Amino acid sequence: MNRFHTVGKRVPKLDAMDKATGRSQYIQDVKVPGMLYGKILYSKYPHAKIVRIDTSRAKKLPGVRAVLTGYDIPEIKLGVYKDNRPLKAGKVRSYRDEVAAVAAIDRDIAEEALSLIEVTYEALPGVFDPLAAMREDAPLIHEEHKTNILKMPWKLHYGNVDEARKQSAHVIEDHFSTTWVTHCCMGTSGALAWFDFADNLTIYTNTQIPSLAQKDFIEALEAMGLKNRRVRVIKPVIGGGFGSKLDTYAYEYIAILLARQTRKPVKVVFDRHEEFIATSTRQPAIIHIAQGCDKEGRLLFRDISMILDNGAYTSWGATTPSVMMMPITTLYKVPNVRYEAKCVYTNNTYSQAMRGYGNPQATFAIESAMDMLAEAAGIDPVSFRKINANETGYVSPQNFKITSCGLKECIDAVAKDLDISRPKEKGEGVGIASLIHVGGGARVYKSDGCGTIIKVDDFGKVNVFTGASDMGQGSDTVIAQIVAEELGLPLEDIHVIHTDTDICPWDVGAHASRTTFVAGNSALGAAKKIKEQILETASKVLNVPAEKLILKDGNVYSAEDDSRKIEFGKLLRKAHFSANGRMLMAEYFYDPANENLGRDFRGNLSMTYTFGVHGVRVKVDEETGKVKILKYVAAHDVGKAINPMLLEGQVYGGVMMGIGYALTEQIVLEKGQCMNPNFRDYKILTAKDVVPMKAPVLESHDPDGPFGAKGIGEPGCVPTAPAIANAIYDAVGVRIKDLPMTPERILAAIREKQGVDLCGRQVGKDPGEVCVIEQ
Amino acid sequence: MERTVSFTLNGTETRMRIEDHWTLLHLLREELGLQGTKEGCGSGECGACTVLADGMAVNSCLYLAAEIDGKTILTIEGLALPDGFLHPLQKAFVERGGIQCGFCTPGMILSAKALLDENPAAEEEEIKNAIAGNICRCTGYVQIIDSIRSVSGKAEEKVKVVAWQAGEDQ
Repeated sequence: MNRFHTVGKRVPKLDAMDKATGRSQYIQDVKVPGMLYGKILYSKYPHAKIVRIDTSRAKKLPGVRAVLTGYDIPEIKLGVYKDNRPLKAGKVRSYRDEVAAVAAIDRDIAEEALSLIEVTYEALPGVFDPLAAMREDAPLIHEEHKTNILKMPWKLHYGNVDEARKQSAHVIEDHFSTTWVTHCCMGTSGALAWFDFADNLTIYTNTQIPSLAQKDFIEALEAMGLKNRRVRVIKPVIGGGFGSKLDTYAYEYIAILLARQTRKPVKVVFDRHEEFIATSTRQPAIIHIAQGCDKEGRLLFRDISMILDNGAYTSWGATTPSVMMMPITTLYKVPNVRYEAKCVYTNNTYSQAMRGYGNPQATFAIESAMDMLAEAAGIDPVSFRKINANETGYVSPQNFKITSCGLKECIDAVAKDLDISRPKEKGEGVGIASLIHVGGGARVYKSDGCGTIIKVDDFGKVNVFTGASDMGQGSDTVIAQIVAEELGLPLEDIHVIHTDTDICPWDVGAHASRTTFVAGNSALGAAKKIKEQILETASKVLNVPAEKLILKDGNVYSAEDDSRKIEFGKLLRKAHFSANGRMLMAEYFYDPANENLGRDFRGNLSMTYTFGVHGVRVKVDEETGKVKILKYVAAHDVGKAINPMLLEGQVYGGVMMGIGYALTEQIVLEKGQCMNPNFRDYKILTAKDVVPMKAPVLESHDPDGPFGAKGIGEPGCVPTAPAIANAIYDAVGVRIKDLPMTPERILAAIREKQGVDLCGRQVGKDPGEVCVIEQ
Repeated sequence: MERTVSFTLNGTETRMRIEDHWTLLHLLREELGLQGTKEGCGSGECGACTVLADGMAVNSCLYLAAEIDGKTILTIEGLALPDGFLHPLQKAFVERGGIQCGFCTPGMILSAKALLDENPAAEEEEIKNAIAGNICRCTGYVQIIDSIRSVSGKAEEKVKVVAWQAGEDQ
């Protein structure tokens, strides 16, 4: 029996109709009167002194309204480590460094003006490999730091790893690496800023963190000498987020600075080339892992160290170890864990949050190593995982409290759907990999909260003002479903407003798959409060005690006599068209009872954790190294699916992003320069690459989630790469340890195993000839 | 250089002065204010700017405005009927999760329309081929393909635009 009328239904996204008819306004579409177009000049070197910048010719170009360089602007520091500036002065540290910016009456003039800016550089030696950057004699990226190693001590040790290693019956140890990939949001980055006469700022910007962005911009205004000013952040419709909009960026400050300089609205919107070269990537990692178990296959220890290429500046990429810790300490039951990560400055691009936030990198190593250890222990991969699977009630060494866990059920679902023990043809293989992710917020800041205001109008329609940020994932729809459910109203009577910091309450941002859980609980809390007000008002009108009233189909009924009822809108009009009238409004701030990580990184980061298992059947062509995915199953324990259709959309989209990460996608940097800044060379997947996919949803009904729900935004792309790596190993017996697992890499590994080179000749013979493969 | 072009735009006879170097995308978005057509890359790789020229799906970012003289152009704004009926493809995308961030949606729907106009019973592989030039980062294409398949093989039915009734189970 389904006791819900809206929750659990496959209702379409509230904004889908506008999007299907071309009505939605993205930053590209927003125009205001008098608007100027801003463009940015980037560095020509990965590491160089700026000797001289001559902007005089650009300034003289008709139609140009302002030209700014790093020497014209106040000291605005940005980024997680405050080591970045909107425009660089003194020196550049990467190819994406912003050197100058122009505002002009149209885009063509702005572009022409850029070409008239003359910059003289004095090249400095660069360093592009984090291992090389750690050497004593390496060129320093930020001289004032004295070293290229960031002072971020990501280091934990729970239990006694060295002792556990000695006691292990089986131990495996290996290296893995992951590279740069990027979000590829279809709508490129952009911001439109202007000031009113009192120097208050309004900024339209693509952001996942409106409240935190507001704070960043207020600080920037203060640095510009504008104290105590208001900042209003408005989000247009966002053309994809995936973590890319979790920080504030140079281009946003450049729009603000140009707007201040010109006293006009200025819009900066990236073209696709800029989107590839000047937005941040997923954090790359060099990973060393050792893992051991006893004779029965029970994990005894996990020991991981990582080197992370931080790039030239510090954004959230450098903090991904905080999330990598989660699978490292808590994916499966591991009593002894050690982890250390070093972030190192280089002259490469800098990294950012991206769907999974470090989890895909760590899980690639962990789940590859799980299969290696299972093989060493002589246990099949499915049984090995079940022996070690987390369970409800488990508390991990990092103090993560597992309050609902469907991991074993997910393993079984995948094994069954994949028909895992089915006989395989030559070159065919199956692989599985599990995931854990935060599913009930993540206390990264002092608050992990979200506010909601509900206002009911005279006509029975409900406005829900939420702090949550919709960027296409459908949070507005899920929030509307939750409120509609609680108030017994049809969904079309609920209007969710999430776009404007002047109107919407505070929220920490759309990250950590937290919106359904945190913003959902916040909306539910506000709905309960407004429901109380409605029942109290109806009680007087109907002369029925409030506890004997029910809300259903847009009416308030007496539970005992359903002829005693009042239509919702009529009731609301009565509420204030009367003596001592009142408005029906409620606010609720929900902050989950999760914990910040302590100095030892212990703490129950999330109210609950989402689990999942991915399984894949592949066929590997031994002549070409090409992988064909025959079937993909992605099972997740989601607590409760508020909207199964949107949930499946998150999983399908995540899995395809994960397959790209596993097999094709990479930003190729050559001495810091992006060599493939377009979709074709980046090798983003297309509809032709879609694989037969199934997404079983398991509902463990989380005790703290809204209607039992847990977060599911990120998990879809977390265990994809190791599942495929494990399947490739099963198929052809080679372990690929570096992403992406291109045909070249797989073929080289197959040839190496066969003892022949890539030209098919026995290694060690024909010594005079060199095998050259054109790639 | 300027010239005059005559064309049918979303069912309306149109005649206007254009610059030779304008792309069709520029004409639509910047001169005519039809912003439903999106620019995703400006180089013909992503398909977000897809419109129909004489029924053929074209990347309007690579299509010179001068070439539309005498042609019939359909953009996303012209797909739903003026009296409020969604095209079956639009309805399918709405109801079957074919839309997330929505940036690729107008181009995706128009590529699908070009396919189904020519091949009303297109199979899955044909659908994948037809939208291979339309990149979507959100959906993994699964629900997009499902949306198009749900329309393929069915005679066009008129569907009134209505707010979704919660509780209608599928």
